[in-house]
Amino acid sequence: MLEINDLHATIGGKTILNGLTLRVGAGEVHAIMGPNGAGKSTLSYVLSGRAGYEVTGGTVTFEGRDLLALDAHERAAAGLFLGLQYPVEIPGVSNLTFLRTALNAQRRARGEAEASGAEFLKLVRTEADGFGLSMDMLKRAVNVGFSGGEKKRNEMVQMAVLAPKLAVLDETDSGLDIDALRVVADGINRGRSPARSTLLITHYQRLLDYVVPDFIHVLVGGRIVRSGGPELAHELERDGYVSMAA
Amino acid sequence: MTALPTRREEDWRYSDLKSLAEVWPEGAAAARSIDVAAGQTIALAERLAGADWQNEQVAVIVGTGGKLHLSIVQAGAASAVTTQLYTVTVADDAHARFDILNIGSRFGRVALDVTLGACATFELGGVILGRGQQTLEIVTTLGHVAPGATSRQTVRTVVDDRATGSFLGKVMVARDGQQTDAAQSVKALLLSRSATANAKPELEIFADDVKCAHGATVGELDAQALFYLASRGVGPAEAKALLTEAFIGDAALPEAMFDEAVAWLRGGT
Repeated sequence: MLEINDLHATIGGKTILNGLTLRVGAGEVHAIMGPNGAGKSTLSYVLSGRAGYEVTGGTVTFEGRDLLALDAHERAAAGLFLGLQYPVEIPGVSNLTFLRTALNAQRRARGEAEASGAEFLKLVRTEADGFGLSMDMLKRAVNVGFSGGEKKRNEMVQMAVLAPKLAVLDETDSGLDIDALRVVADGINRGRSPARSTLLITHYQRLLDYVVPDFIHVLVGGRIVRSGGPELAHELERDGYVSMAA
Repeated sequence: MTALPTRREEDWRYSDLKSLAEVWPEGAAAARSIDVAAGQTIALAERLAGADWQNEQVAVIVGTGGKLHLSIVQAGAASAVTTQLYTVTVADDAHARFDILNIGSRFGRVALDVTLGACATFELGGVILGRGQQTLEIVTTLGHVAPGATSRQTVRTVVDDRATGSFLGKVMVARDGQQTDAAQSVKALLLSRSATANAKPELEIFADDVKCAHGATVGELDAQALFYLASRGVGPAEAKALLTEAFIGDAALPEAMFDEAVAWLRGGT
């Protein structure tokens, strides 16, 4: 599914990723944990193709294709989804317009038929219900006036509607209260299937109590310094990242 | 056209018509009038599509309690000059709404000189879209000369290439204009670094019990919003169109005018 090999990336001349290697198989859930400044968000941005991040070495292959050769919107159409740590507000564009434009742009890019208005609304209504967002909220401008938790739920609705093959969720758990965390975790668990891999990027072990990953990786100084099973989260919680880096 | 003054010259930038007199003899303005009788409601649409120089002075009078909705599309030919002045009197308790889409001509200026009676209301929704070498302007002067009048002005400018889009909005509140409620929101979007947008709100207040709000910004498309759209699979051209349409949506133009603006943004005329 996703193969990252010896990835090096810089922003503004500063090296952030320094030889990162990671392999995510189909249907697997991987968690990447690490201290502030380890390169977690940079990894998510490099994968999604944000401008300003320069890849200076290494390769990223997604389903056998060279991911780094694609533009950001092409990566999305290929099946990559980025759940943002800080979802962006877009005044004047309703959530429904935003999501429908995105869904149909992806379908066009894949040579599929566009969703009809009715098909789209049915899809969104189902997912919005599942994540506790009302259709009234989705008629409002993208994330404008949404609380932190509502923004993250909205990201999950988008993910569910766009149905990606690989979801990279960048600190989707930060800023969530316990109830919202459960809703989000349930959503990730619902989406678990052989057709969807997930890369959870997180600071805290808390989310991993609800979404039990298949693998946990510790990212320090732009590299994976340790990998293991779900039990690694508890070890990290106990000993901190410092012991891992040593 | 090569003899036009450069936009660096202040007179030109701030749209002083006298500066045009050097290149075009000041022809006598054509005059006509629009009258709305007391208590009457009228909706009119005008399309200014001059090929050469269209220079009109239109006297608009809205009688007591009357209502006027005037839609103006300035769509002059590519080499045309359009200088249009509406002198508007809104009588007591009357209402006037102007929707202006300023989109055509090499130099296109729509000016409104509005005098508001007691408890009159005035609304302006303006959109300026310029590309190439166009210089487009909306210039308003609002006289709140009687008590209790309300005015709302929302103008959105989108300029590309080397175009210049300007809004000059002057609100004058006379000594008798107590309880005036005037608001003005002016925003401009530069689609290219070589385009120019000017926003010049002016307030002149001689009454002491008034509410006058104004805001002006000039900016570019939000890079974060563009990335957000891209990360969801929306290509650059479509993302740009979506954000720009949302931007001009604030002006709340009637549907047909908005559609014309969208067609322009999506690359048509």
